[in-house]
Amino acid sequence: MQTSRAPGVAFIFKKALISALVALVLFSLMIGVRTEAGSDGQLTYWTRFGDLAMMVATVFGGSIIVELLRQWWGPVGTVRVVPAQVTSALSLAGRLVAPVLLIFTFLVPVIFYNERYILDLGILVLTYVMLGWGLNVVVGLAGLLDLGYVAFYAVGAYSYALLATNFGLSFWICLPLAGILAAFWGVLLGFPVLRLRGDYLAIVTLAFGEIIRLVLLNWQSVTGGPNGVSGIPRPTMFGIPLSPGDDGLAAKLGIEFSPTHRIVFLFYLILALALLTNWVTIRLRRLPIGRAWEALREDEVACRALGINTTTTKLTAFATGAMFGGLAGAFFATRQGFISPESFTFHESALVLAIVVLGGMGSQLGVALAALAMIGGFELFRGLDQYRMLVFGMAMVLLMIWRPRGLIGHRAPTVFLERNQAISSDLVKEGHG
Amino acid sequence: MSADQILSVDHLSMRFGGIVAVNDLSFGAERRKITALIGPNGAGKTTVFNCITGFYKPTSGSMRLAHDDGHTIQLERLNDFRISKQAKVARTFQNIRLFPGMTALENLMVAQHNALMRASGLTLLGLIGAPSWRVAEKAAIDLARTWLERIGLLDRADDAAGNLPYGDQRRLEIARAMCTEPALLCLDEPAAGLNARESAALSELLLSIRANQGTSILLIEHDMSVVMEISDHVVVMDYGVKIAEGTPQHVRDDPRVIAAYLGADEEEAIAVMESGT
Ligand SMILES: Nc1ncnc2c1ncn2[C@@H]1O[C@H](COP(=O)(O)OP(=O)(O)OP(=O)(O)O)[C@@H](O)[C@H]1O
Ligand SMILES: [Mg+2]
Repeated sequence: MQTSRAPGVAFIFKKALISALVALVLFSLMIGVRTEAGSDGQLTYWTRFGDLAMMVATVFGGSIIVELLRQWWGPVGTVRVVPAQVTSALSLAGRLVAPVLLIFTFLVPVIFYNERYILDLGILVLTYVMLGWGLNVVVGLAGLLDLGYVAFYAVGAYSYALLATNFGLSFWICLPLAGILAAFWGVLLGFPVLRLRGDYLAIVTLAFGEIIRLVLLNWQSVTGGPNGVSGIPRPTMFGIPLSPGDDGLAAKLGIEFSPTHRIVFLFYLILALALLTNWVTIRLRRLPIGRAWEALREDEVACRALGINTTTTKLTAFATGAMFGGLAGAFFATRQGFISPESFTFHESALVLAIVVLGGMGSQLGVALAALAMIGGFELFRGLDQYRMLVFGMAMVLLMIWRPRGLIGHRAPTVFLERNQAISSDLVKEGHG
Repeated sequence: MSADQILSVDHLSMRFGGIVAVNDLSFGAERRKITALIGPNGAGKTTVFNCITGFYKPTSGSMRLAHDDGHTIQLERLNDFRISKQAKVARTFQNIRLFPGMTALENLMVAQHNALMRASGLTLLGLIGAPSWRVAEKAAIDLARTWLERIGLLDRADDAAGNLPYGDQRRLEIARAMCTEPALLCLDEPAAGLNARESAALSELLLSIRANQGTSILLIEHDMSVVMEISDHVVVMDYGVKIAEGTPQHVRDDPRVIAAYLGADEEEAIAVMESGT
């Protein structure tokens, strides 16, 4: 079916051989020789060439399979002979995905009312959808690689937790404050680091994420250190608590109290926050600031030649992304009721970044699908126990081979005269810092 | 030389370590005229552009821009984006620098960034969809449409810029620079890679920009047919210094110019000598 390049057997063989050679070099010491401290502390070692051979053979075979799969599927953009009806049916299905998904999400608490596990999972997925959409502004639109996004999530969470426990402020007052504080930290971080590009920017943002975590861990008097902040107030429905008491929502409505009410409320709360993020991002993209973000990703030098202040443009992208992270953080705090620095490790930043990259940088629908696949899929594999990570990693590698530019591999224009046609991701730049 | 100069470059020098790319160069560009800057490869032409448009900070010298209303700006004191924003100097690049993943129309919208930012109330008015913003956005699209029409790309407005043929990309880059509504337009080899028909269309476009917009143009070009046809004044550089200047005819017959081109590249020298006949 493939009409473009189709490397022959020799090519596949050569590639597999090289992979096997690399594996041999790598694993000869790691697997081939096993060392251990003996009973008197002396070094004992023995060889395991059988295991080594098996490992190298696996790499060899795997490499051939991967290459065959790659040729079979082909990367996005290779011409394949697909009947016109199938293409049009697919594009129709593509356009229906977003509305169907949205309607389904709205109905989740109704359908799964009695399944606490599904509701909790839904809340978790939506939190990551929101984080993904927030980071998408920075990475996907402006092309700035931010490895410390969790810092803003943490700032938001601690802002709400501390303001609520120390000053008794309500969730609805703290929510915007958390967003503003996170955006403020975004600008503060942005000023010194936005001169850096590419890898340097990535490293510094990574360090920033760690610094925030370490400050939270060590500033005992304010943040409670490793013990975190507990007793964070639950959100109220505009002042009416969702509690079993007489002044609770259930009593006011005259229905029987159920703890599920609160879960459902949290579900719709995070859904609303995520949709707000989405709505604002979609709108910003069509405004000069959003276009400038994308132009910055495409070519920074050209931006400067057009009189665009690249520093403030980058800062606004950073601040906007940070603000959404902060809002999500405030939600996280109120949902958990307890937060500690452990929830804000680099792992979170990496996960959110993976969601953005997997979704297809810049695509809102792609990010949502990727969050669903990553968080939901990870739960799906729970039965596999210790192989879960392995299977999950394999799935991701295969996905990136099949679709190197993410699930949704095209860019929608922000303005058009006649035809609103998507732009192939081959043309779209990924940004450089 | 006439007194009404939009740009006067005075004793400009630019050094990169040991290399003196531009050496004590002085020249001027007249208002509403097309000034060509020519010279063999490596003469330092692009470096002069990079100094004028703020991408390099010159080692020494001054560059003064005089606007129509009389106020002057010292370009060496402004840097990068301010040259375009405040001094109204726009440029194109020797290697085309469009936003390849954005449509032709979007490229022209990005060029109107500063005007649109003001109109969108620094985004706030735009976010709530205020009527004044809608009017401004429509005006910006209309301006972009006008330019697309002038460069003959109206039917490709919604195609990715990176998908356009080379010649169209060159013209789109000029249109994008014009959308910033510049007082001085600096073009770095706009005819490079164009065929004869496209070059002729380019000459026409530049002449119409000078006539209709009243924009002054500073042009680096190797294609002598374009230079001889449209420029009012020609400055010739070699090894970072000015070796001649004057009308196209005057420069073409200057033995030093012919020698410089002969020394650099025989074909180009022949092109210089033949283009007038
Ligand atoms: N950033 C830089 N660092 C070091 N040397 C540079 C730099 N930019 C230009 N040069 C040097 O300055 C000299 C002039 O280069 P420039 O690009 O200005 O020439 P040009 O006249 O535009 O040539 P061409 O017609 O080939 O475009 C060259 O010797 C070049 O190597
Ligand atoms: Mg040059």
